[in-house]
Amino acid sequence: MTSFQFSQYIPAIPEGFLALSALALLMVGVFKGDSHSRTVGWLAVLALAVTALLVIGSPVKTTTVTMNGLFVLDSFARFTKVLVILGSALSLVISFGYVEREKFARPEYSVLFLLATLGMLMMLSANDLMSLYVGLELQSLALYVTAAIRRDSVRATEAGLKYFVLGALSSGMLLYGASLVYGFAGTTAFAGLAKAFAAGEPPVGVVIGLAFMVAGLAFKVSAVPFHMWTPDVYEGAPTSVTAFFATAPKVAAMGLLVRVLAGPFLEMAAQWQQIVVFLSIVSMLLGAFAAISQTNIKRLMAYSSIGHVGYMLVGLAAANEAGIRGVAVYLAIYLLANVGTFGVILCMRVRGTMVENISDLRGLSRTNPMLALALAIFMFSMAGIPPLAGFFAKLYVFMAAIDAKLYVLAVIGVLSSVVSAFYYLRIVKLMYFDEASDPFDKAIGGEMRWVLAGTSAFTLLFFAWPAPLVTGAAWAAKALFPG
Amino acid sequence: MSDWPLLSLVIFLPLLGAAFIALVRGEKEVVARNARAVALWTSLLTFALSIFIWTGFDKGNPGFQFVERAEWMPGVNFTYHVGVDGISALFVILSTFLTPLCILASWKSIQDRVKEYMIAFLVLETLMVGMFCSLDFVLFYIFFEGVLIPMFLIIGIWGGPRRVYSAFKFFLYTLAGSVLMLLAILAIYYQTGTTDIPTLLTAQIPAKLQTWLWIAFFASFAVKIPMWPLHTWLPDAHVEAPTAGSVILAGVLLKMGGYGFLRFSLPMLPDASAYFAPLVFALSAVAVVYTSLVALAQSDMKKLIAYSSVAHMGFVTIGIFTFNVQGIEGAIFQMLSHGVVSGALFLCVGVIYDRMHTREIGRYGGLVERMPAYATVFLVFTMASVGLPGTGGFVGEFLVLVGAYQANTWVALFATTGLILGAAYMLWLYRRVVFGKLTKDDLKTILDLDKREVAMFVPLVLVVLWMGIYPSSFLGLIHGSVANLVDHHHASVAPAPAATGAAR
Repeated sequence: MTSFQFSQYIPAIPEGFLALSALALLMVGVFKGDSHSRTVGWLAVLALAVTALLVIGSPVKTTTVTMNGLFVLDSFARFTKVLVILGSALSLVISFGYVEREKFARPEYSVLFLLATLGMLMMLSANDLMSLYVGLELQSLALYVTAAIRRDSVRATEAGLKYFVLGALSSGMLLYGASLVYGFAGTTAFAGLAKAFAAGEPPVGVVIGLAFMVAGLAFKVSAVPFHMWTPDVYEGAPTSVTAFFATAPKVAAMGLLVRVLAGPFLEMAAQWQQIVVFLSIVSMLLGAFAAISQTNIKRLMAYSSIGHVGYMLVGLAAANEAGIRGVAVYLAIYLLANVGTFGVILCMRVRGTMVENISDLRGLSRTNPMLALALAIFMFSMAGIPPLAGFFAKLYVFMAAIDAKLYVLAVIGVLSSVVSAFYYLRIVKLMYFDEASDPFDKAIGGEMRWVLAGTSAFTLLFFAWPAPLVTGAAWAAKALFPG
Repeated sequence: MSDWPLLSLVIFLPLLGAAFIALVRGEKEVVARNARAVALWTSLLTFALSIFIWTGFDKGNPGFQFVERAEWMPGVNFTYHVGVDGISALFVILSTFLTPLCILASWKSIQDRVKEYMIAFLVLETLMVGMFCSLDFVLFYIFFEGVLIPMFLIIGIWGGPRRVYSAFKFFLYTLAGSVLMLLAILAIYYQTGTTDIPTLLTAQIPAKLQTWLWIAFFASFAVKIPMWPLHTWLPDAHVEAPTAGSVILAGVLLKMGGYGFLRFSLPMLPDASAYFAPLVFALSAVAVVYTSLVALAQSDMKKLIAYSSVAHMGFVTIGIFTFNVQGIEGAIFQMLSHGVVSGALFLCVGVIYDRMHTREIGRYGGLVERMPAYATVFLVFTMASVGLPGTGGFVGEFLVLVGAYQANTWVALFATTGLILGAAYMLWLYRRVVFGKLTKDDLKTILDLDKREVAMFVPLVLVVLWMGIYPSSFLGLIHGSVANLVDHHHASVAPAPAATGAAR
């Protein structure tokens, strides 16, 4: 053990700042009371913005491992951290109006967002099975509480409990897998694991441990067959919390899965590739087919997110640099389109009451053309129709799959995207082809307007200037495949 | 002049017009009027600009002209690369020519959501022109697929009673075909390291891979063109789409399939194309005869013309896969003339549909008594569709038959049968709608063409006659690139028998 040195904490300054601001905001919330929730909320957004700037402007430019090998800061961590912070901040901003109208505005709400984000940042910088687990649990615990933050709502409590029980189960599996890996490799550090597996055929215990770890992480990204909790939790949790679940934690869990499989276990790609290919195929297919019969928009989005995870796993299954670049591009585009879609869902309010049936969108293009246009852009994008952003996301992951000669996976993937196009189009159909039903309330709040305008403009116009995101993603992927 | 980014202007000017319309605010009536005017002037200006492509085209150069190139996606080497050659130039002009006519045709029949309608058409024009100009495969795919969005909305929002079903069928059918092509594009990218079309035209792709890629391309283009038995989306889409939507569908969108075969399948996958040619011939021969018979049995005018489109496209695919200059030039000419003629026929149906709100053939008869001008115009296009010498339809069909006869006598025989059947259903349609006694009461007050409709039909009639009387002004443009394509095809297929012989 080395003595305390401040310099070794420099890569973790953003995390430190976020932790301190979360505690400080908790104090502000306690002393000022519930009436100042929005102030605390905006302060939390400010804290996230500063954290993002600290991540971007960190003086550490190269890949740096610190804190006795527990923490790594590289370009992949930075790219995904910025995405996670963006997702948290945006989903916090779009929730302000909703939590006030639904009367559960509390300062703790924003503080829990910050703590969950902190856990995600730790996950993305994990360089050891221990720090991985600690980060994951910090995130998960905060999320369990946010899911059940409406204590008086039976559905929300049920969702929170369900999420907690199943989440604990998956954490257990992850931990069990990690302990097997430790038992056979003799270390929990990623660098040590990579070295241990590089030397020839891995022992069977490690393979079993790996399978358990993948299962645990697949639960967190809600890949089939570990997806059962997703529709129920998405439906039961307050919509603003669902918006959060569908964005930042998804990016963090996916980033973690990538970091683990393409990091220490890269040498065992032959072992995990078939698992990931399987998860990917069943996720894409289930996401496409199960969503068709949904009537609740939040459940539909749950299945849609399962499908999208399947496409991201296509990139991971390729197990090459192009694949990780594809996952990174996909995550960014998915994140913004999802924030936007949930923004629209949060605007689904008829005479003060939230509605969440797909049929409530009927005729939206007549009653609220801008909202309908935004949602149509997101739907076409998620269906992967060019020239919208979602097409490029799919293009990059399928490119990697073809590169890795996973032709069957690619063909199943594109065909399931045709199936999923059906239910995205159905929403467009309801909004544009059908006669109007009850119009939604017009007052959606200025901040919501900005978020919707920004995310839909990004999704629509991404094709015009794709270079920054693609270059950033390539830079992120390079960190995992040096040399 | 030559240093203008002419193609980019033609591609993106309609988009600019669409953005302008989107910003129009105010009273519903005022917005509608402004949207119509802006859309018409934008599309006319685009057409005027596209004429410069024709006048500035160097007929002696078989390669790509008006080329523009810009960085687009670094790292993966996809570029913004546009240009036209003899094969694509006239399709660009066809698209820009039909769009203003479509907007004129919708002047009165579209009263609801005019602004959105005009935006959809201008966006559609951008995508169509961009597709014919693209010289990067990924760029091509984006335009090719992007067309689905505005067309889906046009059918679904402004279409007939079964519009939802038709719009979904159209969208999902075409999407299912196209996604496989996307994978093929990516496979080519990894095989050759580029998506640049001029480079790929001379690339060598292993014969075994060619077979798979050809099937993937075929899935996309055969749905789009459409070939029997993948044509079933077409009658539905045509019948339900608003008149102008049918015009664009028949006039330009179907040509994307034929263009795809010419641009990609033939030059990039010569061995597979030669291998699969008998399959294409068989399917096309079935299409020509079968869909002509189906057309005979239709009682809905639009459906009849839709089936006739499938039959005419059968000629096109036959022509393309003859691999000789006459056949391919005939196919291109047939596509151009069919674009004008079938578009015009849909407009003819639209004219009486606007007045009577029915497309049932049985509800008409004796129109010549009240509408002599209309009867004349309809006659010209009926004759052009039948392939009467002196109209555009004749030249294309004749060249295709000449080419087909050299390649395969049986195909030529079936295609000729199709010609006769085509004459039968078109003339019978004309007889039932225009001639006979005017007995229906509601037809007794029907009015002849008004000024707007005359303005719409005059250019179409002139072009059809021009194409029939002096086809050289079109064929001259096409010839260089087609000869080049055919030479290249024979050069790359010729050593193949020896190679496969050695492999055995």
